[in-house]
Amino acid sequence: MNVNSMRDRFAMVASQLLDEDERVAVVLADISTDRFRATGAPARHPARVINVGIREQLLVNVAAGMALEGMRPIAHTFASFLVERAFEQVKLGFSHQGVGGVLVSAGASYDEAAYGRTHGAPEDVALVGALPGWRIHVPGHADEVEDLLRDAVQSHDPVYIRLSERGNTRPYAAARRGLAMLRAGGAGSPTIIAVGPTADAAIEATAGIDATVLYAATVRPFDAEGLRAAVRGSEIVLIEPYLQGTSAAEVTAALSDRPIRLLSIGVPRAEDRHYGRAARHDAANGLDAAGLRARISAWLGAGISAAAV
Amino acid sequence: MTTEQRLPPSPKPDRARAQSGYDDLRRLMSIMTGDEKHSASATSTLDVLWVLYDRVLRIDPAEPDDDARDRFLLSKGHGPMAYYAVLAAKGFIDETALATWARYDSILGLHPDRNLIPGVEISSGSLGHGLPLAVGRTLSLRARGLAGPRVYCLVGDAELDEGSNHEAIVVAARMGLEALTVIVIDNQSSSLRWPGGIEQRFSLEGWSAMTVDGRDHAAIEAALTAPAAGAPRAVVAVVEPKA
Repeated sequence: MNVNSMRDRFAMVASQLLDEDERVAVVLADISTDRFRATGAPARHPARVINVGIREQLLVNVAAGMALEGMRPIAHTFASFLVERAFEQVKLGFSHQGVGGVLVSAGASYDEAAYGRTHGAPEDVALVGALPGWRIHVPGHADEVEDLLRDAVQSHDPVYIRLSERGNTRPYAAARRGLAMLRAGGAGSPTIIAVGPTADAAIEATAGIDATVLYAATVRPFDAEGLRAAVRGSEIVLIEPYLQGTSAAEVTAALSDRPIRLLSIGVPRAEDRHYGRAARHDAANGLDAAGLRARISAWLGAGISAAAV
Repeated sequence: MTTEQRLPPSPKPDRARAQSGYDDLRRLMSIMTGDEKHSASATSTLDVLWVLYDRVLRIDPAEPDDDARDRFLLSKGHGPMAYYAVLAAKGFIDETALATWARYDSILGLHPDRNLIPGVEISSGSLGHGLPLAVGRTLSLRARGLAGPRVYCLVGDAELDEGSNHEAIVVAARMGLEALTVIVIDNQSSSLRWPGGIEQRFSLEGWSAMTVDGRDHAAIEAALTAPAAGAPRAVVAVVEPKA
């Protein structure tokens, strides 16, 4: 178990939370059961660590049923199965019943690229974000996972935490804080919003460019006030590690009282039939530092020339 | 409009609210639109619902959230007129609410919402959710060390077409959820049927399963109150085929 792996850290912290709080239950569908066995939690809490086997519809509704009894369930599997396969259970088991719970996914976007499209889910944040009241966290570091998970378990909200195999070299934000200022730009300069694991690449990509760089590990609710306070110009670049434009409406709503130009960067809406490694997909999608720099520079340049005309 | 505005002024129903008997259920149902297309389906559940609320469930309309209560989950939310009539007869909701059913601001819709109706344990309508939720509730009772309450879940035979039920049927048995009872109202409305019968689907998985006449109150009561057998219990209540 590696404390700097988001998924390992999740299992370690969830196991501590099982020890600390009798309301907490962990519901699994075979995925990550090895990690939980390694913490000893299933042996210590056999009634509160529940593996339903490869049954994701049941995974989510068992968690919802526990929430109906006043417990604080944490349901976990890959994003493609947790959010997409069981989406109606998320909608009806939690939102419609009117109870909260914590959904924690692994396998963000194309983390598991070699397994192909069936194990990819860049649509997850858009789907959960379509439902009312969900808090959505996209941590960029294992330390953020710990903060966000502890905070999520303490609250009564429905919370989605999206773990990734990739992340930043250091944590940038503590639990439930809104946008964090990574770099302040000058008057009139563009604003770059980097979500979760994209932050390191965004910082590298914008080196030498006069820009405000903001970091978000929480995208719902979106920190509209923080954005309004930080923005110094009319050009906004939104970089998300999942479906391109997922938070575009949040950004435009936050700044609806002024003219802006928005560049949304993320995973394209495409039926991707490539395998390989996630880093290769980042490069193909223009989400690595070089790709981000090229796209942002070109877009800002186009903006400058358009303004000059 | 918020949920709070729609709920009755007092969160706890008046203990003195008149309770009525089985013979009054038809009248209560007729307060809701008599020609509603869900009426046949609603009636298929009438006798089982009555026996549950009159003889089996340990619940109190004055304390609908009491932790020690039995939990009744109507998964087959389709056709809830009989359910609403029983809830009114037993004092969970006021009879006057029945006349408002399916209106914009009624607490009573064509499918029930637990956030609007006192004593309703789950919001249902989309089929195949109640039994998985019931498994979660039963696991919670076990985790919390609450040995007293039972969890009852009513499903329809056509509802069992939904695969989500079969995930729950397997897991409830493997985990030995003795506190769980499923009642299947069998009005033979499943389009492709269950060869060998529904009871066998459950018993094969290790449930304590039996089939009863879904109109015979004594038989329904006996099946629902039989001693626990170290396994979840399934009671298939057969009624006349859906017209």
